[in-house]
Amino acid sequence: MSWWPVIALCGSAYALKALGLVLGERLDREVSERWSLQTVVVPVLAALIVVQAFSTGRHYALDARTPALLVAGVLVWRKAPFVVVAGAAAGTAALLRVLA
Amino acid sequence: MPQVMSGDPIVRGALSIGVATGVYAVSFGVLSVAAGFSVVQTCVMSLVCFTGASQLTFASVIGAGGGVAGALPPALLLAGRNTLYAFSLRGVLSGTVPKRALRAQVVVDETTAMAHAQPTIHAKRRAFDLTALCLFSAWNVGTLIGAVAGHGLGNPRDYGLDAMFPAVFLALLAPQLRGPDAVRAAVAGGLVALALVTVTPAGVPIIASALGAVPVLLAAERRRKRVRR
Repeated sequence: MSWWPVIALCGSAYALKALGLVLGERLDREVSERWSLQTVVVPVLAALIVVQAFSTGRHYALDARTPALLVAGVLVWRKAPFVVVAGAAAGTAALLRVLA
Repeated sequence: MPQVMSGDPIVRGALSIGVATGVYAVSFGVLSVAAGFSVVQTCVMSLVCFTGASQLTFASVIGAGGGVAGALPPALLLAGRNTLYAFSLRGVLSGTVPKRALRAQVVVDETTAMAHAQPTIHAKRRAFDLTALCLFSAWNVGTLIGAVAGHGLGNPRDYGLDAMFPAVFLALLAPQLRGPDAVRAAVAGGLVALALVTVTPAGVPIIASALGAVPVLLAAERRRKRVRR
């Protein structure tokens, strides 16, 4: 295959990252301290969770990922270590799929 | 090193994210070679593009005969959230210009979430760099294995890894939910994504969810003005 698709993808992917870096640095210092920029990412992380847990392609899906996320939610609430949360979620989904 | 590995939650978190990502990278390597890219092209994509969801989409659309014109737009919609991430990481992406340019390359979901989950700017920088190191190594080694071996370790779903990522992001979001404003922004973001996921192309629900921060920022601004008066 030609290299053009690879160059197009790589170039534009880096440009998108660099754009964010430049915009962030151009932002007025006072504004960036007043508006915690982290606030922008909080809803994005929530969206990432929802999309990864409850959809497949452009369809809603309730499957082994749902109970796995519930288990993770309880563990996060109980302040379990990160690795335990990750392992328990993967283990729950894998086990449910084996049983099904 | 052993006591660092056992005792440091940032190191353990970064390593476990790396392992899980490596399995997905193997899948990408397999898919990309099957789509017609060479082993070298596949590895260059992982090194230089380095944004998993976009690469997987790009290779699968090309593999299905969609061509570059069909594959690039969905891949870029998925990569668009990295712009928001890099923007939010002002102060975390530190150092000289070459160092900042290098750090920008590794701005993705996992590095951003790990950084923002930490309480201080010092810990944020450390979490970002360590996660980037683990993720970048695992993603590229995994890609090479998949591209050369031509077959995977099985489906990542069989290990429950598709369920692991939302759990990981939940664990990284939780410490960021300090105060009602952050909780409101998170709920709004989740609802926007849920509303859009069936009606817009992949990637759009996640970028659009950032709008969930707007009412919260406006409310904070109003409060600030009131205090001034």
